[in-house]
Amino acid sequence: MIGAGLDILIAALLVLGGIFGLIGSYGLLRLKGAMQRLHAPTKASTVGLGAVLIASAIGAGSWQEVLVTLFIFLTAPLTALYLAKTLIHSHVSPADVPPAANGAKWAAQPPIAQKD
Amino acid sequence: MIRKIFPHPYLSLTLGILWLLLVNKLAVGSLVMATILAIAIPHISAAYWPARPRLVRPFALLGYIGIVVYDVIVSSIAVAKIILFMPPAQIKSAFITVPIDLPSPEAITLLAGTITMTPGTLTVDIADDGRSLLIHSLHAPDEGAIRDEIKSRYEARLKRIFA
Repeated sequence: MIGAGLDILIAALLVLGGIFGLIGSYGLLRLKGAMQRLHAPTKASTVGLGAVLIASAIGAGSWQEVLVTLFIFLTAPLTALYLAKTLIHSHVSPADVPPAANGAKWAAQPPIAQKD
Repeated sequence: MIRKIFPHPYLSLTLGILWLLLVNKLAVGSLVMATILAIAIPHISAAYWPARPRLVRPFALLGYIGIVVYDVIVSSIAVAKIILFMPPAQIKSAFITVPIDLPSPEAITLLAGTITMTPGTLTVDIADDGRSLLIHSLHAPDEGAIRDEIKSRYEARLKRIFA
């Protein structure tokens, strides 16, 4: 009985993971502009991946999935941050971004072009 | 004495646990190896860790992780709804400045990572004086509300954890 319940739980988690992965990829297609598209893989896919990893941990009875989860949580924000930094450095005008507090400058932003 | 062997106790603890997870079984041999790594790696990489992050309430970090995991799940559903059902013309994306007053670089890193993983927001950049974060929100009908939520929900908790 317990075995069947566990199998159903694992199957449900896998299906859930697949759905969220699909939505994340569909978001890449549907959202407009690079900044919006960056949101799809960092959010929807995280839960999708999480569901698959939990399914794997239950199915295989292993702890290594905890490790995978940890590394995803460490690397996903960094990847997104570097993509975003590159984007505002080279494709977004400083005038389109709100200023930092206390008159500071954003680290990745090129200096505002002087008219000459 | 203990300080000499473990200059970065949290790093050592993390490395030890990581090794045990990698090996995936609890045996005396892997415990010995975990201890060796937990002592050796912080010493080898000491040059890159000039200061030690000071945790005032280390156990509050567990509660923080719980809140973030919950938020990740809730926010994923919210973002999925936006992707699937909201007409593209109605999605109001915006850059928002969030002033921060967290003491340590580690706390700011954690806050930036949290913002990226949760409700339709993404950390884009940090100011060169380290006092504000630039974030991008997928759908921001009210920018002030998003700023307030980040400050009250995450920053306030991190302030209590880090000295």
